[in-house]
Amino acid sequence: MREELVEEELFAPGHRACAGCGATLAVRLALKALGKNVIVANATGCVEVISTPYPETAWRVPWIHAAFENAAAVASGVEAALKSLGRRGVKVVAIAGDGGTADIGLQALSGAVERGHDFIYICYDNEAYMNTGIQRSSATPFGAWTTTTPVGRVKRGKDRPKKDVPAIIAAHGAPYVATASVAYPIDLIKKLRKAAATEGPTYIHIHCPCPPGWRFDSDKMIEVARLAVLSGAWILYEIKNGRLNVTIKPPKRRPVSDYLKMQGRFKHLTDAEIAEIQRTVDERCRHLGVG
Amino acid sequence: MKQALTGNEAAAIAAKLARVKVISAYPITPQTAVVERLAEFVANGELDAEFIKVESEHSALSACIGAAATGTRTFTATSSQGLMLMSEMLFVASGLRLPIVMANANRSLSAPLSIWCDQQDSMAVRDSGWVQLYCENNQEVLDSVLQAYRVAEELLLPVMVCFDGFILSHTAEPVDIPGQAEVDEFLPPYKLPNPLDPCRPVTMGPVGVPECYEEFRCMLQEATRASKEKLIEVGRAFWKHFRRRYGLIERYRSNDADVLLLTMGSLGSSAKDIVDSYRKRGEKVGLVRVRSFRPFPVKELIDALGSAKAVSVLEKDVSPGSAGALFLDTAAAFINVKRAPLMLDFICGLGGRDVSSLHIREAVRAATRAAEIGEVRKAVRWLGLREKLVGLRI
Repeated sequence: MREELVEEELFAPGHRACAGCGATLAVRLALKALGKNVIVANATGCVEVISTPYPETAWRVPWIHAAFENAAAVASGVEAALKSLGRRGVKVVAIAGDGGTADIGLQALSGAVERGHDFIYICYDNEAYMNTGIQRSSATPFGAWTTTTPVGRVKRGKDRPKKDVPAIIAAHGAPYVATASVAYPIDLIKKLRKAAATEGPTYIHIHCPCPPGWRFDSDKMIEVARLAVLSGAWILYEIKNGRLNVTIKPPKRRPVSDYLKMQGRFKHLTDAEIAEIQRTVDERCRHLGVG
Repeated sequence: MKQALTGNEAAAIAAKLARVKVISAYPITPQTAVVERLAEFVANGELDAEFIKVESEHSALSACIGAAATGTRTFTATSSQGLMLMSEMLFVASGLRLPIVMANANRSLSAPLSIWCDQQDSMAVRDSGWVQLYCENNQEVLDSVLQAYRVAEELLLPVMVCFDGFILSHTAEPVDIPGQAEVDEFLPPYKLPNPLDPCRPVTMGPVGVPECYEEFRCMLQEATRASKEKLIEVGRAFWKHFRRRYGLIERYRSNDADVLLLTMGSLGSSAKDIVDSYRKRGEKVGLVRVRSFRPFPVKELIDALGSAKAVSVLEKDVSPGSAGALFLDTAAAFINVKRAPLMLDFICGLGGRDVSSLHIREAVRAATRAAEIGEVRKAVRWLGLREKLVGLRI
């Protein structure tokens, strides 16, 4: 696998992401997997803001940012333009965070997938609006503290479950949908390669821990990401032409509390609340056939 | 070749003649026929273009932005609520300096919901950094779309071609359709200087930190100002190729006029009739029609209006709490000028309200009276208002 990767850093170092940023690692790996022959349409958000304070740029591939909710629509235009110019072999890649995907950008994403544009959509999911300072999104998990789901006497963190965007995109009939994690780079790269080799709209949803937003030390980012997978809180799978296949099965699932207790955003949870989350995780794991 | 065309058809045919490569649009009354005709052209193979049938106007313009940034000639069309939904992206398109051309069939804004004509939609986005042209007839719609691409591509500015909903969009008029070869000569293939291309990566749409943001806005302002000269130059080139004249403004029997009407869009042709009837009686009444609202033709209007005694502005828009936009900008044009005419503003034709010859005559009479007494008692008035419905004496 290593020799297949582009050695060159297409997402250059020196950008302004926080230490231990999961999202920028996801982008760096994704570009290594995809290589130079891409055009990126990036939504407003952490990745966009930290990578392009004029006149600097971290992007060594062509890149455009237009707004928050329309990465998929801008990518549609780029793809149509390439087609009309007869340019083949260039892959269009839309990149957006969970807010830009699950909330404000869902309509544009749905439209682009339904129209069948040949592009890869990457959602870097750090489970809240991190660029504006940790506000809940529909991808924030149940129970998590954010600045708009504070822990008070009446409410205790987010009271709704995480929106399942990969399932929504799969329901559109997209030929390839996958989840990934920055803790499993080989799995992530393989999936991006498969997406690149697929004609039509493909969707990769990458779990990207955020040290300042999730409240853990930046040197623990990979550990947190890995525990999400090992506990079954985040499941790595791919859906190819409608068929779901789990790609990483933890040999013996760790209790979800191991994952939750590493993060300050869950520190208010009682044993009963953790047990409730464990039940939800178990149910989902059973549903997807993860031990 | 002359053919009876609606404004919508004229816009669609112009886009086809311009050989647009990517169209991205969403249907909305009264613009829908533009989208339908272009879809037919693509389906029949008459136009070799990608047509992205987007799920909203926001995405329509977003996709145009992506396509234009990749270096293709792009086109979209909309109206009213659609333009409002696009408005965020209007500013992005001009800020990114992408030469997108849009046809806007002018329609009023909700609430209350109205599909009928006025110009409040495009007026609401006059600060979006787009060149705005307002057409009097369907020939002008077709010709303006062709000219718009020259201006847009030579200055890297988006251009909006506005024409009155229903009054032009749905009314057939004889339109001279130029031949493809002539259009190709006037409008050569387009090449964006720095498109998105893996062979030569560029970063488009970075974060404008405070050390540079103001400079970007200033460059946009300068380009928009320069578009005045460009519009004139392209108008001259258009005359050479097609023998039809266009400028920033149109003057009609205005040189020696004491009283002038000032308007935009299809009201121009109604006003010309009224001017003729006054002229027949020997009264010195004339008309000035603003074709380019952005860039605003300050110098041209000072020249055209400066020697009149009074000017009545007829406009289909209002800025609540202030006045009509055309009136405001025209009044501002005379701010440092010694000799200025008296000015009156007539808000009319909102939401499809008919502007009749009686209304236009009322505006002429008011200006004549102001000229006689040497003052304006009430600057902003409404024409054709059903005062009983409002419940107020306006």
